[in-house]
Amino acid sequence: MTAKYWKALSTPLVDENPVTLQILGICSALAVTTSLDTALVMTVAVTCVLALSGASVSLLRKHLPHSIRIIVQITIIASLVIIVDLVLKAYMFEIGKRLSVFVGLIVTNCIVLGRAEGFAMRNGVFASILDGIGNGLGYGLILMIVGAIREFFGRGSLFGMQILIPTSQGGGFEPLHLLLLPPSAFFIIAGIIWFIRRKRPQQVEKPAFRIRVETEVEKT
Amino acid sequence: MDDNTITESPIKSLRIALGVALVCALLVSVTAVTLRPHYLANLEAERMARLQSILDALRDVTGDITPEDIEARVVDLAGGGYADTIDAATFDARKAANDPKQSVVIPPEQDVAGIKRRAQHAVVYLGRKSDGNIAVVILPVRGIGYQSALYGYLALAADANEILALKFYEQGETPGLGSRIQEPEWEALWPGKQAFDDTGAVSIGVGGRGGDSSDQVAGISGATRTSMGVNGLIRFWLSDFGFGPYLNRVRQGEG
Repeated sequence: MTAKYWKALSTPLVDENPVTLQILGICSALAVTTSLDTALVMTVAVTCVLALSGASVSLLRKHLPHSIRIIVQITIIASLVIIVDLVLKAYMFEIGKRLSVFVGLIVTNCIVLGRAEGFAMRNGVFASILDGIGNGLGYGLILMIVGAIREFFGRGSLFGMQILIPTSQGGGFEPLHLLLLPPSAFFIIAGIIWFIRRKRPQQVEKPAFRIRVETEVEKT
Repeated sequence: MDDNTITESPIKSLRIALGVALVCALLVSVTAVTLRPHYLANLEAERMARLQSILDALRDVTGDITPEDIEARVVDLAGGGYADTIDAATFDARKAANDPKQSVVIPPEQDVAGIKRRAQHAVVYLGRKSDGNIAVVILPVRGIGYQSALYGYLALAADANEILALKFYEQGETPGLGSRIQEPEWEALWPGKQAFDDTGAVSIGVGGRGGDSSDQVAGISGATRTSMGVNGLIRFWLSDFGFGPYLNRVRQGEG
């Protein structure tokens, strides 16, 4: 049985990473990765919500009428997100302010509802908690990679500590401002997806359809 | 979905829904109430930090002063004089603004800030030069932006005309658009502007389309309603129904 638990925790890291395989949670991955500290706090917040919502949904799964299950899951997730938001406002005011609406938007992060509906509804409480933590860490792993690249090349710093001195302050480093804008996160995430699928070809999806080539149309 | 093949009676659905809603509501309420003091302390620290940042920005004018050195006094807005019977340290401006006994209804045609009521008194902060003359007068201002109440401080020079700074310490506007009223780039547009024209009428405002002159500050594109909210609140608090009478007295040298 321990193998099952280990699997719930470890597969979401690379093999079934919510961001790179399922392409979920992209919105917040663009928004909070301009610096590492916001990416880290967001990772912790999402992991907490995932683990706790997994536990609550799994606990209720045998009593949850099929017709109202989604709305009950959303209620639980929304309550947890409000609590996380309140905790951030009370104890991490500055970072909470920089994360602004994106903490509240964890409710609409498809990873959370996806794991509640796809895993916690069918598995035990402990496995669901581990699955939540695993998915939170898988999401966080991508966030941290993207955040590190964007902060380092966009500002020359990591976790707010200046490593390269920008030219505006007399150093020799020209910050790449593009990396602080949202599209750069798309490029980086696309690069990570390409790299993973290159190493693990089984993740490559079959095309849903092929565009017909002109000559074939003429033949028919 | 083998776990979901349970009997589905409407009564049971209702019971589960109510139960979950009740537990969630209870958890959220308890957290909100327990953490509220921390949150309020953070807001207060933020307010002090903004006040400090105004003082830092005005170092040339006022020298080294801290919020503790600065003199806080309660002003009677209608008459414009000081109301020293009220202790500035314990005066709760937000409570006063909502208390019918301590506030007045603003006539709708004068309510350009959209706040409906204002307190009869307000706390102003005075920074003095070493010779005792006033160097800066800091007025609390508030108004309604696009989707939130805006709270800030307006710093005027001793002539009660030249604007030294406008800083907001609390707002809930759209991140990246209206929230830019708190960014240094926009705050930098305010110093040096003239609040009143030669006839003594309020002339300062937030203009559209990059309107930037001695008494107009360029609005923020994409945040027209927020910009207009700032325009309204600044004009209201400088008007005769706001700090107008008090500023007249400051101009006459009644520090």
